[in-house]
Amino acid sequence: MDWTAKAPIGLFQKWMQVWGEINRRSYGLAIFPFIVLLIFLFPQSISATESFLMPLGPVAHEQKTHFFWATALTMVAILPVFILVPVILIKYRRKKGKGIYAPKWESYGPLEVIMWGVPFLVIFVLSFMLWRATISLDPYEEIEGVVPPISVQVVGLDWKWLFIYPELKIATVGELVVPVHTPVSMILTSDTVMQSFWIAALAGQIYVMPGMTTKLNFIATQNGKTQGENTQYTGKGFTGQKFDVLIKNEEAFQAWVAQVRARGIALDSETYNRLAMRTTRVEVQKELGTAQMPEHALYFTLTDPQLFQSVVMRYHSGKPLNMEQQPGTEKFGQGEDAAEGAQP
Amino acid sequence: MNIMDYGWLGKLSWDSIVFSKLFTNFSVSEVVASTAGSIVIFATVAILFLLTWFRVWGTLWSVWLTSTDHKRIGIMYIVFALVMMTRGLLEGMVMRAQQAAAPDGFLYADHFAQLFSTHGTIMIFFVAVPFVVGLVNYVMPLQIGARDVAFPVLNQISLAITASSGILLMVSLVVGEFSTGGWSAYPPYTGTDFNPGVGPDYWIWAIVFSGAGTTLTGINFTVTILKCRAVGMGFFRMPMFCWTVLCSSILMIFAMPPLSVAALMLGFDRYLDFHFFTNDLGGNMMNYANLFWLFGHPEVYLLVLPAYGIFSEVFSTYSAKRLYGYKSLVFATMSIAVLSFTVWLHHFFTMGQSPTINIVFGIATMLIAVPTGVKVYDWMATMYRGRIRFTTPMIYSIGFLILFVIGGLSGVILANPTVDFQVHNTLFLVAHFHNVLIPGVLFGLLAGYNYWFPKAFGFRLDERLGKWSAYLWIVGFMLTFFPLYGAGLLGMPRRSFSYMDLTFKPYMLVAFIGAMVVLCALVTLILQLLVSLRDRKKNRVPVGDPWDGRSLEWSISAPAPSYNFAELPRVTDRDEFTETKEQGRAYQPPKVYRNIEMPRNNPLGFILCVLSGILMFALVWYIWWLALITALAIIVVVIASTFRWDSEQIIPASQVQQDTERWLELVKNTEPVGRDLENTPQNNGYAKLEH
Repeated sequence: MDWTAKAPIGLFQKWMQVWGEINRRSYGLAIFPFIVLLIFLFPQSISATESFLMPLGPVAHEQKTHFFWATALTMVAILPVFILVPVILIKYRRKKGKGIYAPKWESYGPLEVIMWGVPFLVIFVLSFMLWRATISLDPYEEIEGVVPPISVQVVGLDWKWLFIYPELKIATVGELVVPVHTPVSMILTSDTVMQSFWIAALAGQIYVMPGMTTKLNFIATQNGKTQGENTQYTGKGFTGQKFDVLIKNEEAFQAWVAQVRARGIALDSETYNRLAMRTTRVEVQKELGTAQMPEHALYFTLTDPQLFQSVVMRYHSGKPLNMEQQPGTEKFGQGEDAAEGAQP
Repeated sequence: MNIMDYGWLGKLSWDSIVFSKLFTNFSVSEVVASTAGSIVIFATVAILFLLTWFRVWGTLWSVWLTSTDHKRIGIMYIVFALVMMTRGLLEGMVMRAQQAAAPDGFLYADHFAQLFSTHGTIMIFFVAVPFVVGLVNYVMPLQIGARDVAFPVLNQISLAITASSGILLMVSLVVGEFSTGGWSAYPPYTGTDFNPGVGPDYWIWAIVFSGAGTTLTGINFTVTILKCRAVGMGFFRMPMFCWTVLCSSILMIFAMPPLSVAALMLGFDRYLDFHFFTNDLGGNMMNYANLFWLFGHPEVYLLVLPAYGIFSEVFSTYSAKRLYGYKSLVFATMSIAVLSFTVWLHHFFTMGQSPTINIVFGIATMLIAVPTGVKVYDWMATMYRGRIRFTTPMIYSIGFLILFVIGGLSGVILANPTVDFQVHNTLFLVAHFHNVLIPGVLFGLLAGYNYWFPKAFGFRLDERLGKWSAYLWIVGFMLTFFPLYGAGLLGMPRRSFSYMDLTFKPYMLVAFIGAMVVLCALVTLILQLLVSLRDRKKNRVPVGDPWDGRSLEWSISAPAPSYNFAELPRVTDRDEFTETKEQGRAYQPPKVYRNIEMPRNNPLGFILCVLSGILMFALVWYIWWLALITALAIIVVVIASTFRWDSEQIIPASQVQQDTERWLELVKNTEPVGRDLENTPQNNGYAKLEH
């Protein structure tokens, strides 16, 4: 065997030696967590469509890009730790370490500069990215599209979401349908406790709070179906507070609107008060759903164009709301003075 | 119903007892609840029985419960923390089991919600805080060359009200139910309209009282470090641990009050019909969120800074080398302490504020990564050119180093408001803060526990089981929490008692296996203690320096005498004890023996523990007469105790001389051992000079 063949074998044996040492001494612990983390941090087989890792629009897409960039840049400061810790542990181990021993060595100027400098530079670049991204992805900023935005008013209830399309005079529960390539301009409030509204594949979360409004803007760029939900724990129906999001092209959307108009029941204050009870969407479907509606959604025609505003104003009357008048409580809609206060 | 409309027993009735629900509604969920309640009752009865059986009531009273010795108070804090940790950890197991069993599951939603609320509340306020405070109590006065903390009785009172709050949480397992609003208890969900039960009241009073205890502790530690250091110990000669404790104590003083205020305001809303955080009459729950996180974020650093201090001591001792970049570390610690007050808003980037505000808080959050990164590099440089020994504390520390940077990575990711919009309130966040709190805080505390245990009890802990436990913690942590990162990115919200999307199932199964490994780690930890107790004769280290320590606490006998130092040391170097050992000045008798004045035992702490416990229980259950009586009693007892003139005792010089000479005789007769033998029975705590 000539030396060219021997050299790789020697190298291989050397590596096996080091690897054995690494395993024996558990130095492998250093890089192992990182590998395990990678498996979970970047799930390869994403079958769930309710994630910003499978975006259906530019907002979630940019968030995904930003996520990967932030991860990659932070690696500059973190990888040295993964690599150098095992090296130091092997070289300076007490039993067989070959490194020199300097018990009084405690400071070295250039090293200090690197230690402070590298993280600072990384954070400087990341901060710059953060600044740019936060401005460009401001959820309050309307998205410019070829067509004017469609507005949707969202009311968080226990444990369901009510979507009001004020211009189309319709409303739904359990299903949000938006036309593709059309900016969506949402205004949101809550008629119970604070919740957090989220359609992961389209845009990030925004809180919904009683008596206050927040805004969320996004646009869908491909047809498809995903889910939205509340992420803030609000009681026993919390995990059921999800809704389907359907992205349709213009004709299909118009057909859907016509369907809702035709099949929906009137959203008068009595119906609204039934919706506002402490029930899950499935439970309220049994009460209000008709044979013409799909199984997973309720369709309404809007009778009061000021419904959303009156939900917000419920909390600004200057009068106390007792439990009978407060949607989301166990006693809502019961008792004598319920009717007066419950008028949204 | 008006709050005055309740009878003699307030809201209390037979239905409040957890077991009653077992009869009215038999289900797995109620069985789990009743089992938990029975464990509390059984454990209490067993402890009372054992104390009586072994006739140790007297010792317990005179040596422990009335003690003002910082060392004994520290140990009691840690025992309390370990008991609470067992409960918190078991709750974690049950939650992992529920999510692994989903979508079917076996718990009611409300039961699951109580579990995550108590788990969080316990792990933060009754495990992490008391464990940190306990270790600091034990170690810090020894490290700065003091005889006790500045205010020994106050120290006792802090422990008393922390313990009574913890006991209140235990009572909530048996009587009534706990809050379902999470450890952060966001109103209006926790207000009376949406949660008319006693759950949130349990949370409020436990937080108000233990929070007051922690604030007092912060004042105590700060004054101790500022005023009680030994002669010659300038600020820049303090061991790193003391620096981190100083910063952490300052955080306690400034961060705990917002929490107490927020919890009290919520209490006003619930009890007195105020409208700070209600939906109507101008209440605003986001004010609560601001106040809560104004506490909540510094709290994280309040816990992790002392752990950084422990890691600094461990890396330096087991690398047999001076700590690298001491000044850098001090500066980094101070930066973190200051910056921690400027980032609270990152807990609700999604509130709907302007992007400019999010940018400011996002960048401030990222900035913390700089001093934290510097610390990690400094610890690596401490090991560089050292002689590294792979002991149990070191395994925890290395595990920390590797795993903590991953927590840092996810922290930097979360600091970006745009990304936070997508991972806020998901399991990604849950994975992140466990990744910071378990490797960061818990590993530090367990490293410190293994490191200082021989100093406290005079014998070493079993090394083999210690290592096993450390490895199990590391592996268990990774298996439990790394899958949560994945599930969070895929969109699984936190606090979900169930889910329909089976994509999450494999992640939850791996996490459940991890939780089992963590349980094994806890069992091993308990086993280690039991085995070490059995072998205590063999592993004695009476000389007091089993690890070739570098700071003052190693220069005295193990266990330490009640007065700590026969003669208060004069400090000339940062690694004072290493310096004295190398110059051959160690183990010298003092020139003169003097009388030592020490605080006398005091029953005040114990009395306040009982009274505050009853007060809280009465407030939770609307038993007004009892609340009034105990509140008045507390005031009377505290005032009366200030009339106590004999609060000091004198330890005569003769006794100090006798103790010291006996110990020095022992040192003379002990064979110094090298580091290779430090975990063998030959190690009696006398370190051989090796270089």
